[in-house]
Amino acid sequence: MKAVVKIPTSLRGLTGGSSIVEVPTGRLSEVITSLTDTYPELGERLLDEAGDLRRFVNVFVDDDDIRFLDHLETTVSPGQVVTILPAVAGG
Amino acid sequence: MTFDTSLTCRECARTFDPGPLYFCEWCFGPLEVTYDYDRIAEVTTREDIEKGPPSLWRYANLLPVSRSATADLGAGLTPLIRADRLAKELGLSDLWIKNDSLNPTNSFKDRPVTVALSKAVEFGFKTVACASTGNLANSVAAHAAHAGLDSYVFVPHDIEPAKIVAAATLGKVVEVEGNYDEINRLCVELHDIYEWGFANINLRPYYAEGSKTIAFETAEQLGWELPDHVIVPVASGALLTKVKKGFDELVRIGLVSENSQVRVSGAQAEGCSPVAVAFEGGSEDIRPQKPDTIAKSLAIGDPADGYYALRAVRKSGGAVTAVTDEEIISAIRLLARTEGIFTEPAGGVTIASLIKLTSQGVVDTSERVVAYVTGHGLKTPEVVDARAVARIPANVVGFQEALGEKEEQL
Repeated sequence: MKAVVKIPTSLRGLTGGSSIVEVPTGRLSEVITSLTDTYPELGERLLDEAGDLRRFVNVFVDDDDIRFLDHLETTVSPGQVVTILPAVAGG
Repeated sequence: MTFDTSLTCRECARTFDPGPLYFCEWCFGPLEVTYDYDRIAEVTTREDIEKGPPSLWRYANLLPVSRSATADLGAGLTPLIRADRLAKELGLSDLWIKNDSLNPTNSFKDRPVTVALSKAVEFGFKTVACASTGNLANSVAAHAAHAGLDSYVFVPHDIEPAKIVAAATLGKVVEVEGNYDEINRLCVELHDIYEWGFANINLRPYYAEGSKTIAFETAEQLGWELPDHVIVPVASGALLTKVKKGFDELVRIGLVSENSQVRVSGAQAEGCSPVAVAFEGGSEDIRPQKPDTIAKSLAIGDPADGYYALRAVRKSGGAVTAVTDEEIISAIRLLARTEGIFTEPAGGVTIASLIKLTSQGVVDTSERVVAYVTGHGLKTPEVVDARAVARIPANVVGFQEALGEKEEQL
């Protein structure tokens, strides 16, 4: 069983319209590499030149912000949902 | 007519046509309203502003909405009070309180909301919404009702009861079993599936502009001079960022002296202090926290504008500090006793931070200081344990026995 990544509406043009993308499980960094290998343009949006997540990208594994978990080292298990959202909302 | 030209990404500077957008689809950076400042400078004078409406709409040239705003309850132009008695307690010489609890829904949130919801009408939204710690909910529900819009406001289930009652009388409140940051995330996801105008999501670039007006008013009320130092409460960091922008704009369009520099300092509660922690640690990275403080209106553990607020503070030579719940309550009482202003904990955070920054020497005793009190104490009566001094029968003897007051010779 795989995990899935939820793609926000504004980025679905880069995933052929898919709102949900299946990914292999493992460390979150591997999940993101798998995602961006499949959709290289998505990689340019999510990652900076050094390959780190951009400052204003938030990632959640199920309901938890990865900054409260192990950041890119967070384990993504089968059936879990990875959500990518812009960070600039609220206030 | 308005003078905004586009939305610009604060990170990569790409521009977008005006619309209900809030982040850059290229780098996820926040979008900000851009103006034609040369034109604004040509057509804007102090005299015209002074002849304008007695509300923040007198500064319409510096807002992305025209004066004929559709969601206008009269926000802005709140009193700027000279606070000599409080100044004396703190050893300051020139202290002012901007009492923004005297807005239509009794918090500064009416400033961003009147702009955001007027913009929502312009964009054709029929329903508006927001994630809120309470005050924003109140303001969105009120302005929506006035503009004839439907509203959904999402708040943590454990905020102060008065805020729920007020918002629920005005619109539809949804209590969420989660903290503000979780609700914010929920609303970002809802925004993807409902065509609603979310004040602090897809309308956020416009919303945030409204907060500049507290800086404009401060300058106008000081006779078109900038203060030396302002103390601003920090939740998302948007208010502080926009206060700095507001002062900078006045200099840029020539309404105040170009030699003016305002130090901007931030105030947080220790139980939710991600920006203060980053400031004190010399870091640019804001590490999110799980809030636990009586200053519920400031309980944002993952502040969207924390990074920019930090930059604004550092650039201006200010500081960000954090105060305990006990210090907050004691500051609420001190402000009430010395200046006759009853504030909610957010105002207590500001005053307690002013006290702390003064004792640390960050605030210089010779500076002209303005402290922003952003919400009314009647919204949170449960936080101060204040009681009547006596309960008496309705006669003179009863009063004298209870209070021991001797008769005065009249």
